[in-house]
Amino acid sequence: MRLKTLILLSLTLFIAGCGQLNVWGWYVIDPRTPAGWINIKFLLGGFGSTILLSLIAVSLSMVLGLIVALPGMSSRRWLRIPSRVYIELVRAVPLLPMLFWVFYGLPVVLKSMGINISIDPFWGAIIALAVSDSAFTAEIYRAGIQSIPKGQVEAGQTIGLTYAQNMRYVILPQAIRRILPPLANQFIYIVKMSAFASVIGMQELTRRANELVVTEYRPLEIYTLLIVEYLLLVLIISAFVRWLERRMGADERG
Amino acid sequence: MQGSANAIEISCVGKWFGDYQALKDITLTVPFGERLVICGPSGSGKSTLVRCIDRLEAHDTGRIVVDGIELTNDAASIAQVRSEIGMVFQQFNLFPHLTVLENLTLGPIKARGLSRPEAEARAMHYLERVHIPEQADKKPGQLSGGQQQRVAIARCLCLEPKLMLFDEPTSALDPEMIAEVLDVILDLAVEGMTMVVVTHEMGFARKAADRMVFMDKGEILESAPPEEFFTAPKTARCRKFLNQILQH
Repeated sequence: MRLKTLILLSLTLFIAGCGQLNVWGWYVIDPRTPAGWINIKFLLGGFGSTILLSLIAVSLSMVLGLIVALPGMSSRRWLRIPSRVYIELVRAVPLLPMLFWVFYGLPVVLKSMGINISIDPFWGAIIALAVSDSAFTAEIYRAGIQSIPKGQVEAGQTIGLTYAQNMRYVILPQAIRRILPPLANQFIYIVKMSAFASVIGMQELTRRANELVVTEYRPLEIYTLLIVEYLLLVLIISAFVRWLERRMGADERG
Repeated sequence: MQGSANAIEISCVGKWFGDYQALKDITLTVPFGERLVICGPSGSGKSTLVRCIDRLEAHDTGRIVVDGIELTNDAASIAQVRSEIGMVFQQFNLFPHLTVLENLTLGPIKARGLSRPEAEARAMHYLERVHIPEQADKKPGQLSGGQQQRVAIARCLCLEPKLMLFDEPTSALDPEMIAEVLDVILDLAVEGMTMVVVTHEMGFARKAADRMVFMDKGEILESAPPEEFFTAPKTARCRKFLNQILQH
């Protein structure tokens, strides 16, 4: 219901703008004219990259986050400390500098180590987003796993399960219902932050909007459409998150 | 190393939680076949002692040897000791996301390498032993406390332990469910299972125990057969404790 209301609201804004105020020049993205249609296709063409970029980044971040989170809960200090340091450091670095460092800095470091690969904007953005987000997913895993009573771990130990088996069959299946909803929220965060990939030349939604603004000089209309594009994407994901939370809640009672 | 005459040999064991000494110089031997009941006021260290035997807590000083295997930080020896011990917790600690049957088969399949049909047959056998085979497909949350604790006992039995530890198995139960759990434990005792039971159920202790141990403030104050223990406690502290709990 809320989704429909918001879409209706934005459409109304568009139409009102078209008719009454002469500051709006919707012709630039008017699908009825050939030029406007070409522009719209160009802008919407960024969806694919934004979605793919976000999906890969969030998947990597989920794996990386678990790898960071597990030693962070160890009883051994030498395992706990690197995890803690990673989380504190990564959390403190803003995404934009991180992106610049990965894209411009990392290839230089790799080259000095004899590894000769160039990082394209797509993978540069994925690495920066995934690393930056992994600190948060690690904390989400930690909170979820630590919310499981200690007696569950002990019961697993006493029936002879190894650490990995205990995690796989006892702890994670119980923690997952507390972990999934906040993880899905991180996905929304990644979708929004993926806009930064435009500055290293990634052809996603924001980059395309910027390029069209330069040639058409109609920032108001183009950026309005850009915001609506992100809004749509995020609303769809949050509808999915709510569905997920309801399903998880239903499971718990069953 | 196998085939020791004693199930548990504890000598001069000490355990600290920070500055607090939970166990002081504990020495205790449990031969195979013995049913030992440990009682004492809360905070006396009885749970800690039982948890040390299964290495859920690590002792700081002294030695604990279970069936000839000394407990150290060595993961292999801990795993071997745990494979001989069945541990029953006060809070049952069943896995809430698995069915009763899956709770019982997880250990045999994953830790012992049994096939699923073998493990399920064994699980049903022990569910019958604790009188609830009809609950096999339910989740623990759908069972009463007494039924949950009986499932927890069956979960231990599925691993065919040489000895069992019970850490206040009836303390979290409603009064009307205590008997059904104690009956199951009593059955095991009669069949000759070696067991260490931490409990305040003195009626059960009289029936089941070969020997009573009284602990207070991290020390063993008395160790005697039940008749002697209940009729002629040697220390004033134990006499006071027995008076308090036998009044009701």
